Amino acid sequence: MSDILEVQELKKYFRVDGGSQLHAVDGVSFKIEKGQTLGVVGESGCGKSTLGRVILHLIEPSGGQIFFEGKDISNPNRSMINYVRENMQIIFQDPFSSLNPRMSVSETIMEPMIIKGGISRSDMYEKTLKLMDTVGLAQRFTNSYPHELDGGRRQRIGIARSLALDPKFIVCDEPVSALDVSIQAQILNLLLDLQEERNLSYIFITHDLSVVKYISNNILVMYLGQMVELAPSDELFENPAHPYTEALLSAIPVADIHVKHERLQMKGELTSPIDPKPGCRFMARCPYAAEKCAEPQTLQNISPDHQVSCWMKQS
Amino acid sequence: MEKTAQAGEAFLDIKDLVVEYHTDDAVIHAVNGVNLKLAKGETLGLVGETGAGKTSIARSILRILPDPPAKIMKGEIWFNGENILKLPEKKVRSIRGDKISMIFQDPMTALNPIETVGSQISEAIRLHNSISRADANKQAVQMLETVGIPGKRFTNYPLEFSGGMKQRVVIAMALACKPELLLADEPTTALDVTIQAQVLEMMRDLQKDFGASVILITHDLGIVAEMCEKVAIIYAGEVVEYGTAEDIFDHRAHPYTEGLFGSIPTIHTKTKRLNPIRGMMPDPANLPSCCRFAGRCPYTTDECTSSYPEMVECKSQPHTVRCVRARVKEGGSQ
Repeated sequence: MSDILEVQELKKYFRVDGGSQLHAVDGVSFKIEKGQTLGVVGESGCGKSTLGRVILHLIEPSGGQIFFEGKDISNPNRSMINYVRENMQIIFQDPFSSLNPRMSVSETIMEPMIIKGGISRSDMYEKTLKLMDTVGLAQRFTNSYPHELDGGRRQRIGIARSLALDPKFIVCDEPVSALDVSIQAQILNLLLDLQEERNLSYIFITHDLSVVKYISNNILVMYLGQMVELAPSDELFENPAHPYTEALLSAIPVADIHVKHERLQMKGELTSPIDPKPGCRFMARCPYAAEKCAEPQTLQNISPDHQVSCWMKQS
Repeated sequence: MEKTAQAGEAFLDIKDLVVEYHTDDAVIHAVNGVNLKLAKGETLGLVGETGAGKTSIARSILRILPDPPAKIMKGEIWFNGENILKLPEKKVRSIRGDKISMIFQDPMTALNPIETVGSQISEAIRLHNSISRADANKQAVQMLETVGIPGKRFTNYPLEFSGGMKQRVVIAMALACKPELLLADEPTTALDVTIQAQVLEMMRDLQKDFGASVILITHDLGIVAEMCEKVAIIYAGEVVEYGTAEDIFDHRAHPYTEGLFGSIPTIHTKTKRLNPIRGMMPDPANLPSCCRFAGRCPYTTDECTSSYPEMVECKSQPHTVRCVRARVKEGGSQ
């Protein structure tokens, strides 16, 4: 299997007041195989959305390398950017604010094709109708405006638009968190169908761990810009190694009244990602914190495809 | 007077509540004859999708429906032996925020952006207690600390808080007067799971300490499993299934409830494919006169599309279901 995307030591620092640096993404490395899904989980503010955007060059990275289909796209020139835009797309979280309220459904879906050019209007229109069909939007909505549609349908527009240029890779940034459960299930199934039909690769960013388990092959857990654990989906849920992953998993309410699980209680909230100390960033909230945690932690393999950045779990 | 005596059994008793929204071109049937009871100290979960009428039910209890366009057409809401819907506005105002308070879904819009969080909490306290500003401020600081926010942040504005912190402020405000009934409208939907776990834990503790009854509006069955003793599944403005958490989780009888469970991926079992409910909820401006779920139900028969189903009592009380299949099943086994 070939990798479609490889990211090495990717960094994004934002400068904030007083010359400090906000470490939004701090040394993230992973690979995604063609046709597979990498789930990225973590709390709000952990840098997961920034990660998705940096990979797509919607925000320029501060350091590190990105390879797409083996080509280095870390410092893209004009033609490289066009190649990136064509092949790598994004589905946004909020179907209420990510659509232009003054564009009809068909205009919205068609826009990427117009920008790319080289295709006649009638072909564009035909393709738009086909895309609407693919994502399950009835043709009677062709000339509707976003405000006339509910959240599920709006998200379908977002998906159709992201497919307009037949990309190979899509960043799904919390695509179902604004939707009702029954609609959420419909959209998740749609994303899986599209993946099968088109051999798409996804980065699936979410805070919902049950969703990520359902849709991902591998899962990356982020905490304050750093990756704390990376493992195949089942492995991560069965043998979470990092205390943060463990706490995150135990925090999920389970829809079963007979499961009474012990909760690993974390203290407090995310600390600040501005000028972080060199040690483990989870230390302040970790129930197992020890002296050695103040030293810098490195990501190490504890099994061939399971990486964790906690010295306690590394031998 | 007879009614008052009856209502004395249940601490909150909603009878045949009907809420409509009258707009220029349509009448939206948001709540259609809802009956619900709540005992003291009990937690009732209202579960359903957006637009099912959950929030309208909660807002009716506090009489804070936006009127116009909303109108309570029918029904009684008995709270501590009084019918809230018949009380003069002044009386309701003294109950609101004191005996009954509400945690709103969106902490970003529930707070006044140009007032410090501390003064907002202290205002709520002073409104219902005749105490000095200084004492109210002291209590407000205490409330902040109860919900895990350092007291020194009293003078911060909402914009200086994260979403989770803002929701804690909203909860602190709701609990400031130690209400007997807390209406929590999706209190953790906007929060991260870790913060959600903390907030739920906190709500449980506070409920224990204050002995409050809670109506918890949510779409998350995991939260229901953790928090609620009784559950009402709401669909298109009606209760379609009601029972103890055990009834709903182990012996669910309504196809819609079944569909809700089929729509959620679980972390304990490997789900290959979800079974979403097809289609969408009917337009509340144009509800069918038959079973409201008939259009999406996998078991629809002629009876479902021709007659309106009544609530059927199941074997295990107080489990009730609005579905003809339940009647057939229950009838057959009795």
